[in-house]
Amino acid sequence: MTGAAAHTIETRRRTQLLVGAGLLVGLIILPVLIPSPYWRGLMVLVLLYAGLSQGWNVLGGYCGQISLGHALYFGLGAYTSTLLFTRLGIPPTIGLFAGGALGGAAALLVGWPCFRLSGHYYAIATLVFGLIGLLLVENWDWVGAAEGITIPFRQQSWIDLQFRIAVLPFDYAMLAYAALAWLVAWLVEGSRWGFYWRAVKDDSIASRSLGVRVFPSKMAAAAISGAITGVGGALYAQYIGFIDPPSTFGLSLSVLIALPAVVGGVGTLWGPLLGAAVLIPVQQISIAKLGGAAGGVDLMIYGGLILVLALVRPQGLISLFGIRGAAGDAVVENG
Amino acid sequence: MAEPLLDIRGVSKSFGGVAANVDISFTVTAGEILGLIGPNGAGKSSLFNSIAGEVKPDQGSIRLDGTVISGLGPVACAARGIGRTFQVVRSFDSMTLLENVMVGSFLRHRNTGTAMAKALDVIGFCGLAARADVPAHDLTPPEKRRLEVARALATEPRLLLLDEILTGLTPTEAQAGVDLIRAVRARGVTIIMVEHVMEVLLPLIDRAVVLNLGRKLCEGTPQSVVRNPDVIRAYLGDRFVA
Repeated sequence: MTGAAAHTIETRRRTQLLVGAGLLVGLIILPVLIPSPYWRGLMVLVLLYAGLSQGWNVLGGYCGQISLGHALYFGLGAYTSTLLFTRLGIPPTIGLFAGGALGGAAALLVGWPCFRLSGHYYAIATLVFGLIGLLLVENWDWVGAAEGITIPFRQQSWIDLQFRIAVLPFDYAMLAYAALAWLVAWLVEGSRWGFYWRAVKDDSIASRSLGVRVFPSKMAAAAISGAITGVGGALYAQYIGFIDPPSTFGLSLSVLIALPAVVGGVGTLWGPLLGAAVLIPVQQISIAKLGGAAGGVDLMIYGGLILVLALVRPQGLISLFGIRGAAGDAVVENG
Repeated sequence: MAEPLLDIRGVSKSFGGVAANVDISFTVTAGEILGLIGPNGAGKSSLFNSIAGEVKPDQGSIRLDGTVISGLGPVACAARGIGRTFQVVRSFDSMTLLENVMVGSFLRHRNTGTAMAKALDVIGFCGLAARADVPAHDLTPPEKRRLEVARALATEPRLLLLDEILTGLTPTEAQAGVDLIRAVRARGVTIIMVEHVMEVLLPLIDRAVVLNLGRKLCEGTPQSVVRNPDVIRAYLGDRFVA
């Protein structure tokens, strides 16, 4: 009787780890099997967005604080590691930790005033903070202003995350990133924090009556979320070799970070990865097939896909596998 | 007499000019079941919210074991040993019953395994063992009431505030609820309950405090308060007073 229930949660978590490990092995082998730089490049992007969205999901999914300003943390990570590298010669493998720390700190600074707001107001406030970041960087000459920064090639090196042919090494760099982001999410999901975040999201008044300190809980989620996003920004900068304000602080990036989790399943462990695996290829292939000449048709396809998914599977793609999202059945009924 | 577990002294609370509680004083002894009764709008829920720390009284003080707790907020009150249920059920609907109760047990047990074991213990005690893995959203209304009791008990409270947990239940369900409340008290938890269903409440409680229009009308044994002319007047009007 009572033992069975304990079993269910513990078994589920053990299964998640096993599936995760199996997937990791598969993804280590995959780029060897696909020699095309195009597909390998696609894999880099899928894994980058899987990691970014996993980070977003900690705050937006588990804790229910929908942020539309995560590009701020991404941009801070990208610029921090890049400036440390170009100005001080500090390798990006160290710089990405600095970027993550700054991303997490910025998320705390944004959270301090914004967590006093609720619902739509919180989302709008984060949007404004993201735009402030974009404007500041665009007008700040020391960081290259609107022209951005080109990262000079120093040497082929894992320490500097620079490679003559960058795609395959970055498949593995991004895989490590996505896997670590997943692991962090797995750990917090099963911890006291994870339970508290979901409780705060479902009913903050009830959670307080059980001794849950709501504001610090949200701040903890924000710090973890911002840090994961900042690290992703640093990796992205090294991969592309060039950063400018719109590609690292842009509003559209904030949306792209959130979308895989939303489409895959908000507040679920696998949602961000699944969402990224579906959305990023659709986006990239429609850009490749239609190009810039099509005048945004790629975005229409992208938007149409999201619309269909929202209508057919409001709990996210993960629900196809019988896994309940944090949104639960309530969303279906309201929808 | 021993020092009371809960000591309410001169508590007043107004909401936008409406006096919800006026100068209310009474004490609760450890181990007793106290019924807080009164017609709609008497100020029962408002007083509950003051005791649970959800609102801060405008005047007066509330002491738990001699320490002032009024104004400390719900989190501090939970930590000091006050558990509560809500009149309108507030379950965490995206979580299973077990996960709901674990949010409560995490207050005293940071380790997930320990919190789960404690939660399962409480769930079994509340007679919900078979439903532990059911999403809260799919529980029946009486099960949701029990979920709230289990969740509050998981915080290991000394004082449990039950807000109309028997209201709207069938007689059989209500009797099961009464049995549960007695079992909770047998565990050493002091209980204050707000309830409208008098025929269920009166045999259960040791003592009653009657509120009317925000003020304390009287207190005493269940038998004495139902014969009190002021109480009859408050509930039924003047012409029923013998």
